[in-house]
Amino acid sequence: MHVSNRYLAKRLVYIILNLILISIIVFGITTVLPGNAAETILGRYATPEKVSTLERELGLDQPIYIQYIDWLSSFLTGSWGTSFQHNRPVFDLIVTRGARSLYLAVITLATITSISIPLGIIAAVYHDSKIDFGITGVSYLGISVPEFVTGTGLLVVFAGPVFGVFPAGGYTSISDGGIRQWLSHIVLPVTTLTILSIAHLMRLTRTEMVDILKSDYIRTARLKGLDEKTVVLKHAVRNGLMPTVTLLAMSLGSLMGGIVVVEEVFAYPGLGRLIVDSVTHRDVPVLQASILLVAFVYTFANLAADIVYTYLNPRISYGGSAR
Amino acid sequence: MSHESYPTDRKNWNSILEVDSLSVTYETPTGGVQALRDVSLSLETGETVGIVGESGSGKSTLALSLLQYLDDNGQVTNGSIQFKDREIQNLPKVELQNLRGKQIAHVPQDPNTSLNPSLCVGEQISETIREHEDVTNQEARERMHEILKTVRIGDPEYNAERYPHELSGGMQQRVLIAMALSCNPELLILDEPTTGLDVTTQAKILDLIQELKDSFDTAIILITHDLSVIAETCDRVTILYAGEVMEQGPVTEIFNNPANPYTQGLLAAIPRVKEDRKLNPIPGKIPDLTEISDGCIFAERCEFSERDCKSGEITTEVVDERTNHQTRCRRWSDAIEDPIEPDIEPDRSSASTSSEELLKAEDVKKYFGENSFFDQIFGGEPPVKAVDGVDLTVNKGETLGLVGESGCGKSTLGSTLLKLLDITDGEITFNGENINSLDSSGLQEFRSNAQIVFQNPHSSLNPRKRVGNQLKRPLKLLTDSNNDERHERMSELLDQVGLDSNYASRYPHELSGGEKQRVAIARAFAAQPAFIVLDEPVSSLDVSVQATILNLLSMLREEYNSSYLFISHDLSVVKHISDRIAVMYLGEIVEVGSQKSIFEPPYHPYTRALLSANPDLDPNRESDRVQLEGNVPSPRDPPSGCPFHTRCPQYMGAKCEHQEPELKTIETDDGDTHQIACHLDEEELADEISR
Repeated sequence: MHVSNRYLAKRLVYIILNLILISIIVFGITTVLPGNAAETILGRYATPEKVSTLERELGLDQPIYIQYIDWLSSFLTGSWGTSFQHNRPVFDLIVTRGARSLYLAVITLATITSISIPLGIIAAVYHDSKIDFGITGVSYLGISVPEFVTGTGLLVVFAGPVFGVFPAGGYTSISDGGIRQWLSHIVLPVTTLTILSIAHLMRLTRTEMVDILKSDYIRTARLKGLDEKTVVLKHAVRNGLMPTVTLLAMSLGSLMGGIVVVEEVFAYPGLGRLIVDSVTHRDVPVLQASILLVAFVYTFANLAADIVYTYLNPRISYGGSAR
Repeated sequence: MSHESYPTDRKNWNSILEVDSLSVTYETPTGGVQALRDVSLSLETGETVGIVGESGSGKSTLALSLLQYLDDNGQVTNGSIQFKDREIQNLPKVELQNLRGKQIAHVPQDPNTSLNPSLCVGEQISETIREHEDVTNQEARERMHEILKTVRIGDPEYNAERYPHELSGGMQQRVLIAMALSCNPELLILDEPTTGLDVTTQAKILDLIQELKDSFDTAIILITHDLSVIAETCDRVTILYAGEVMEQGPVTEIFNNPANPYTQGLLAAIPRVKEDRKLNPIPGKIPDLTEISDGCIFAERCEFSERDCKSGEITTEVVDERTNHQTRCRRWSDAIEDPIEPDIEPDRSSASTSSEELLKAEDVKKYFGENSFFDQIFGGEPPVKAVDGVDLTVNKGETLGLVGESGCGKSTLGSTLLKLLDITDGEITFNGENINSLDSSGLQEFRSNAQIVFQNPHSSLNPRKRVGNQLKRPLKLLTDSNNDERHERMSELLDQVGLDSNYASRYPHELSGGEKQRVAIARAFAAQPAFIVLDEPVSSLDVSVQATILNLLSMLREEYNSSYLFISHDLSVVKHISDRIAVMYLGEIVEVGSQKSIFEPPYHPYTRALLSANPDLDPNRESDRVQLEGNVPSPRDPPSGCPFHTRCPQYMGAKCEHQEPELKTIETDDGDTHQIACHLDEEELADEISR
């Protein structure tokens, strides 16, 4: 309702420019890295003649911008190449692995949202009381411990010999092991990520709500004789959640980082582990594609946040006339 | 309900509110601030009482304690508040909710921040109705539409669905008034209902309040710092100073025979449109309310005070039993006998000014938001034409007043003339030199010659630098002086703006608003400029302080023979200080002339509307306003032809719509220059217009 087509077109152009820029950087880094693809494929003992023949075949003797254009056009037409390491088409690999990481990300976002926003609201309503200090304190505990420590701790307790409720790592798809199996592999990584991210979002919601509860229009609402529940839930929350939505979209970025670590800790075969593996094995096609995918998700998440924002905040209308 | 003759037998009235010796204290880290002390007030059905006070007088605290909505650190330490013979302090939560909005309704000061930005205004009103009345959603909606009509909001079905930001400030205030009236309250508290609104909007809101007084049987408390608002709307008035009631009584009594030195001082400090007179500031400042000394709270600043005023308890004395006129003063009969009255100012027109041009602006334009690269691709919005073709001259030693409502471009014009903003088109010459083609040393020279004082002294002084250093800085940058000379000049400047030399080592946060503005003025004068833009320099100050600053500015102008461009929305202030006045509307000058000629016919229709909207201190004046319809058009898309034609009460048709009027010179008897940009002929501009 508040988003004009012109604004969307404008944003899309920016996003495309952005992605092109990222693709140049990704391509640049992976090509500039010492040792080229031909050497990597042929191994350490290749003769210079063999290397240069393969270089010609792969087009590596061409000027760098031609290489880039070739690479980009084949990428855009869907031929993402083959993984050196897994010997599978990169596309298939990334879709399978990406989906697994997506489960982690989506479930984590859902738990963070449903825990930290209510906590933030409660802390704000009971601002400066014991309840407030308790909530803020505990959430800070979570943020001050790095995810590999939290993850390892959870592993030791819940997957260790004492309780052993959850598997220590790995992954089972729903089709293979049913929803229970699938979930049991996801609970601990999600918990680790959630503990890490709650404080930010909770804190932001709380600060925003504290300010709003002091604002003039909340005074207006109270002085009309509304009860406190209506004041908080109807008048304050709607306005208080606006920065939270932006932060949610931005926290997707830090969540990606967290996912890389957590997947390592829990031996979870997702996109994060794929990236780490492809770096260590110099699996350039996989690396390029997965980084571009992450960038793509990130930019569109921000666009989505901006659009959700307009529904929460009628004052913001993108692109249309001011009034 | 009108009160032409004040009722002599007050017992017949139903008392609705009785506040008896109320005292409120705020706990702060530096001690308890005794914001209200021994305040008594009574209100009857249908009566409108004004509460006036400067900042720190406790007027908002009084309003909020009537609603039981003091801040957490505020506490009623004494006294009672009886609403319809029932004590309302310490009511249980549910009863308090029934009281608020239903029986006592509140209209807050700032309409822009007081409406929930993410709910439609209609819902914000009908929600109140649903809360307090046993109605269905449909009935609540119907009543909401009804009440929107009552506050003169056209097309209520449409406007109810608007979000607050889609409405103008005046409309937002109407919505808040509608919200307050929606459950037929018995007491309506209006807290600075017109502060922050333009004069023409203020005039409409005041007329609305007047209308509501006649059609509703509600008792009204109107809180304001502006005495003229009281004069226009209230039956009785209570004057608050530093948390105490200084004087109360019928409006006509208080304005015509003030029996308290503070009231007299306030009235003498306000510039008026109707007469030229000197301003008498009230010396000193409001005392610290953490420690209240014995005796009269105003004694330190009072010219009638004698030794016994500073000891013992000062009680309220009755001036006139019949009208219930009371004052808290031991010397009130002295004050009545020999009241504080300002002298009539001698005519200063053309006394000190020469006709030598200092600054000349020709066809100056300043547009904002010129299209960016992407806007060119996707078709952007048109730029905001903040200043759109202004011709202006400022002569040496002259004060040119620039008036207009918010958004008319007056501040942008001021900044553009000083080259603080880059000009879009046109030419500005200063001392015969085009300021656009100045090289860096020329620009330096220009800067030392042309300075500015901003509206808000709190944000225009660097909070981390001592006052002395802030005054030395322009000297270092703009003049050729050594350290000792700068120090000497700094002391001289402080002395000239009436600040003690120990202020040099203070930081801005240790100063009051008026003192900060003095520092800002001293800073502007540091390099002895020939021209100073004063951008609303007194708008954020209390009247008693405002008078001091205005007098100071006049004094400095004589001393330095500088020229001023005095920008303000306040006609009385502009009239007081200016030699010539320019009236601005939507980026264009519509009328310019000597101070006298602007306030006398012939008028530009817009000037006429501004003048009639300006509230008057005379409580007996009949309201005879020219009301402007509609809102100021967007400067992105100004109307064709005359910019004012969309709202002009004397609109003539196609000519106004298609042909832009040039400034044409009106002949005056005494050789004053007077120009008006209007297609009407001189006679029509001078005629009384029928309404």
